[in-house]
Parts: sequence; C-alpha cells; structure tokens
Amino acid sequence: MNIRLMDSGKNVVLIFTFLVFLFGGCSSDNSKSGKNADTSGLSEDFNSEMDDDLVEKINTAKRIFYSLPSPLETAMLIKSAGASYNGDLLNKVENTSKYNTNLKMALNLGIYTTDLSYASLFDQSQATLSYINAAKKMADGLEILDAIDEATIRRLEENINNRDIIIDIISETLLNSNSFLEDKGLQNTSAMILVGGWVEGLYVATSLIAPGTDLKTNKLVERIVDQKLSINIVQSLLENNKDNPEAQLLMNDISELKKIYDKISIQQSEITPVEDPNTNITTLKSESTIVMSREVFDELTRKVKELRTRYIS
Amino acid sequence: MKRSLFVSILFVVFALFSFNASGQCKQFAKNTCKVGLAPYQHDGNYHAAVLLEGEEAELYKTFYSDTQYRIGICGANNLGEIEFSIVDGNGKVLYNNKFHGYEWKWDFKLDSSQQLKIVVKVPVTNGMADEPKEGCVAIMFGFKEK
Repeated sequence: MNIRLMDSGKNVVLIFTFLVFLFGGCSSDNSKSGKNADTSGLSEDFNSEMDDDLVEKINTAKRIFYSLPSPLETAMLIKSAGASYNGDLLNKVENTSKYNTNLKMALNLGIYTTDLSYASLFDQSQATLSYINAAKKMADGLEILDAIDEATIRRLEENINNRDIIIDIISETLLNSNSFLEDKGLQNTSAMILVGGWVEGLYVATSLIAPGTDLKTNKLVERIVDQKLSINIVQSLLENNKDNPEAQLLMNDISELKKIYDKISIQQSEITPVEDPNTNITTLKSESTIVMSREVFDELTRKVKELRTRYIS
Repeated sequence: MKRSLFVSILFVVFALFSFNASGQCKQFAKNTCKVGLAPYQHDGNYHAAVLLEGEEAELYKTFYSDTQYRIGICGANNLGEIEFSIVDGNGKVLYNNKFHGYEWKWDFKLDSSQQLKIVVKVPVTNGMADEPKEGCVAIMFGFKEK
C-alpha cells in the first residue's frame, strides 16, 4: 500500500514537473504572480508551514562560483610580464576541421579564444581575424548561438586597427558565450572551454621561457608559478561535472599537473589592506617567496606541452 | 509524504523560474554592471544568478600582482543593498562594503598574487515574509595593468 502511494506521489511530481516545463519553460516572465498561481491550490496552513521550511532552506543555501582567468586576462598577464609575440606557438586555424567531438570543440574554443586574445593584445591584425573565425567555427559546432555572429566579425574587421575596440569585442564575445552556456545549464561545456583556455595560456607562457632564463627574476615565470593558486579552482570546476566522462578525463590531466605544482612552494605573509585616500584604491600588502627547482619547472613545461599537444590533435 | 511532495514541487517551481530569469540576468549584468567597470577592462567572465533574499554566494578567484582590479557586485533594485566582503585564504576579511556605505564596487591591487574569496549576501528586507524576494546578482571583474 505504501509503495503504491509513493508511486502515485512520484507520478504527480512528474506530471507537475512536465507541466511546469511546458508552460514555465516557454515563458520569459519571472514575476511572482506566476509562483502564486502555481501554489494557489494549497491550503493556507500547509502553505505557511512549507514556506517556513523553504525559507529556512533558502537562507542556508549558498551559491558557489569558481573563476579562472579569462582568455583576455591571461593574454594581458603574459604581455604585462614583458613577453613577446610568437605566432608559431598558436594552434593552427587549419586544425578546426579536425575537431568533431564536444570535448575537442570545447577545449579548442578555449584555446582559440586565448590565441585570439594574445594576438589582439600584440596588435596582430591578420591573426586576430583568423582566430576569431576559428573560434566561431568551434562555437557554431557547440551550438553556442550568436556568441560570435557575422556582425561581430564585420565590426572586428572595421576596427582592426583599434585595439581598444577589438578588446571590447572579444570581452563581449566571451560574455555572450559564457552567459549562453550558463543559461542553458551547460556548465560542463563551459568548464571544458575554460580548461582549454587555461592550458593554452600556460603553454604559450612556458614556451616563451628561453632556455637558461633566470627563473628567480623572470616575471613570466612568476606568472606561470602563480597558476598553482588556481589549480584547485580548475579541479573544483571539473569536480562539479564529474559525472561526465569528458570532465573525468580532464580531471586526470589536471591531477597530473597538480602533482608537479605540489613540488613548488609559495610562502605568503599575512595580507594587510592599505587604502590610498586620494585614489580610493586599496593595496593588499604582502610578500611571497617561491621555491622551485629548474628540474620542476622543466617537468611542468613538458607536462603542459604534452596536454596541449593532445588537446589540439 | 504529502508534505515532502509539496516541498519538492515548490523547489521545482523555484528552480524553473530561476532558470527563466537567468536570461534576464545576462542583460542586467551587461547593461548595469559591466558598464560600471569602466575605465577597467571587463575580463569577459560571467558570474550571475537569481538569488533570493537571505541567500549567500561565494566566488573564488586568483588575483595577480602588477594588475589593478575592480570588483563590481550588482543586485537588482528590489533586493536592497547587497553586502559583499573579500576574504583571504586564512579567513581574514580584507574588505567589507557595509563599512563603506554599501558601495557596489571596490578597486584594489596586490603586492603578491593571491586567491581570494568574495562573499555576497542578499539582505532579508521584510524578515520572514511569506514569499522571499528574488532578483539578479552579478559579480564582475575589470582589470588594467598597474
């Protein structure tokens, strides 16, 4: 008897869910009246008791976001570290035809948008146009609608010598793509794109370190080491999608990378915030010391290259 | 049984309406929050969600030395003043906007790169109202070289 009751309860939930999907899913209206209408059939006492429970649950709920440096920020970090432009390091645009799976298209959308950002920050007009087209092919393949449309490309072409406008267009494109994935609940695809872009940033940066570079004083090396601070964010992003086999694959890759980063020590002093009353800009004052051997850096460089070679193959 | 069934139903309703609202959230983030980041360059990332009053959100991000940042936390008008704080890896609160008139943005730079946590709290405006208010909250970042 109990089992039958439970079954019937589940059916009610399923039917209700279907109806809400049918009507709610087609509606763009998020007004409270919609919710009132849906709950109006409940008795007042029950409603009140339920609301108390619900409000309590909501009050203890917590949304958690993980943020990796975007392709634009990554490119800026590479440039501000004094690095130069080397177009030979970037993924060839001809490779787009090779990427047919969701995983490969997502990883390479991240890779191409990082290449696009890197090229644009170094005023490489032709490369910028080539990489936005490559990124568009990946976005289209993933059905990320309107992330990069023809109008965006035309606007980019018309302003190809204006770096500020180009960067704005890239920023807008990233925002459109990220919000589309978020809205559609495609966090797994979003995580794969972010991982692709992050690994590409690491690949470009490690490849730009010439043999014999003094690792203790080089700013770009410091940026590469700083990524140790983000590796748990990468893991958390993938962990949230661990039921997906593609995310699981990437989790294994990132675990291998983390094992190498674990050999690098970053010691940080306490942070003291000091606000400049004239500019209202706060400086977070602290010191950090990095301890890393050349062997570990070389191992990291090799691992990054191995992952990136696999991602673009 | 009946009670848990109705609680489940209400959760489904909340989840679905939040999903519908997320499209509007993008426009809110773009038109209200992103614009206010200037003269800092928006990084292109998107962190926005429909939150209910009393709800909290956390965001983890690494910030780099030699870069100047602007964090912008924007909430829909019906939500009241959004509180946010910046917390370091040891749990030390480095900034809380409630001591700065609930300013929606904060500009900062770092001597050394750090992973920081941004904690966002949506205030409860009417105590335990029958129906909690909800609205879009966006967390956005702008940067420029120091």
